[in-house]
Amino acid sequence: MTVLVIAEHDNVSLHVATRHAVGAARLCGGDVHLLVAGHDCATAARTAGRIAGVAKVWLASAPQLAHGLAENVAAQALELLAQEAYTHVLAAASTFGKSVMPRIAAGLDAGQISDVTRVVAPDIFERPIHAGNAIATVQALDAIKVLTVRPTSFNAAPLDDTEAIVQDMTPVDDAGTARVVAVERTVSARAELTSARVVVAGGRGLGSGAGFTVLEPLADALGAAIGASRAAVDAGFASNTLQIGQTGKVVAPALYVAVGISGAIQHLAGIGDAKVIVAINKDAEAPIFGVADYGIVADLFDVVPALVTALQEDEQKQLAA
Amino acid sequence: MKILVPVKRVVDANVKVRVKPDKSGVDLANIKMAINPFDEIAVEEAVRLKEAGHAAEVVAVSCGVDACQDVLRTALAAGADRGILVRTDAQLQPLAVARLLAAIVRREIPQLVILGKQAIDDDCNQTGQMLAAMLGWPQATFASKVRVEGDRVTVARDIDGGIETVQLALPAVVTADLRLNEPRFVSLPNLMKSKKKRLDVVPAETLGADLSPRWTTLAVNPPPQRQPGVLVKDAAELVHRLRHEANVI
Repeated sequence: MTVLVIAEHDNVSLHVATRHAVGAARLCGGDVHLLVAGHDCATAARTAGRIAGVAKVWLASAPQLAHGLAENVAAQALELLAQEAYTHVLAAASTFGKSVMPRIAAGLDAGQISDVTRVVAPDIFERPIHAGNAIATVQALDAIKVLTVRPTSFNAAPLDDTEAIVQDMTPVDDAGTARVVAVERTVSARAELTSARVVVAGGRGLGSGAGFTVLEPLADALGAAIGASRAAVDAGFASNTLQIGQTGKVVAPALYVAVGISGAIQHLAGIGDAKVIVAINKDAEAPIFGVADYGIVADLFDVVPALVTALQEDEQKQLAA
Repeated sequence: MKILVPVKRVVDANVKVRVKPDKSGVDLANIKMAINPFDEIAVEEAVRLKEAGHAAEVVAVSCGVDACQDVLRTALAAGADRGILVRTDAQLQPLAVARLLAAIVRREIPQLVILGKQAIDDDCNQTGQMLAAMLGWPQATFASKVRVEGDRVTVARDIDGGIETVQLALPAVVTADLRLNEPRFVSLPNLMKSKKKRLDVVPAETLGADLSPRWTTLAVNPPPQRQPGVLVKDAAELVHRLRHEANVI
């Protein structure tokens, strides 16, 4: 058994999601090989070779592979899969993996198991459905298993000092039908919502878009990403890039702080994987308290500033200790 | 040009699904069903492109049982011109749906296919990409802005940590993300009028597509239940507990 992982990178550095995907790949059994398809991406390929458990790195370098276009990366992977025998093909369930992998699956005439959260056996996997309101255990029937894996569900394989061999392969031709014309990276000191360790989210209880500014110092103190409930987005308090829930983003932080969020089903579907949930709401009957590990029933405009102060005091104490 | 919009009938987003006692799946008996919210956004986008003069016709297509006509009617009420039900009782997985859609594309020859990025029941996020691959077309997933110019479409995509803009040569597949638009409210008169619009039923077996399942579901379990926690009196106690009890700060 040999598992192929499609690496995600920016040609220089490897995205950490790739190491999580290798973590999942190792649970499928056998050797793990990586495909690094990009342009002038030898540095990323060398780093890929240092991931523990990776036996070989395939490197395809050409301008048409520079931006990770699904059309070209999938074609490159299919070229490799036609030459070499693999039992599994994996990528992280990031926007990159989600775009590329179904094209590979279709090219192989295989089904795809999306967003795997647990490898039960080499052909049996768990995955959330209905936004995490149910967990399906599925058995893949195709000879080759095509998977995307949820990075937060698998430990990142560590980097070590042994470098796996990097083997060049001929890049595929440009499909010629798609090109990247611009990439705008969100310049934010804050962590990205879906991979953040701490998330502070606001709901309708904030009362207005201006109310969201009360969350900024709290997010700063916790090093958190900021999110919003659908109610807050619908009310125009926050941009819908921030929406957490069934139709928004699914988050899995170690700490989730829900501020003025009632806890509609739609919202709870997006936070089920949070390790610890804190709820701050003046309505003691709010459903969020039914799932929160810690709750404070009080006016958020009093609690949040007090919480910032308490966190700063705690920080001082830690530094002194 | 013609735009094809595949739509799926799913459990309404506001319903909390429950797992069946025998763990064979989620209980769908007497549950409110609706058009997949991301497909609703796709329909809206297609209709706006038509209203802006970029498309001559918007065709909605759904694959599945007779009841899928309901979501086609929703699409027609929102402004789609006609509907196609690819009728089958088979349990369809994304690869099979993509095959059926590819067959419809070959008949209808649309220049653009717009569909939701994922369905909120199986959460697969595969069908659009598989369809594009089968047709040899380019794709733009997670679209937050779509602009048609001549024989090209420029799409802003919500990617992890930013926005990527891609330009695709038509024909192409675009999958809709949440930010693309706000679907219009469907008025009752429009819903009534939609009943007069053409809706063709195509038996899936006439399309010659392989619909075989590629995985079997062994069990469906409820997620680990969260227990209600404790109420704390103030911010200081909360920080203390987060530091020393939960160990998350």
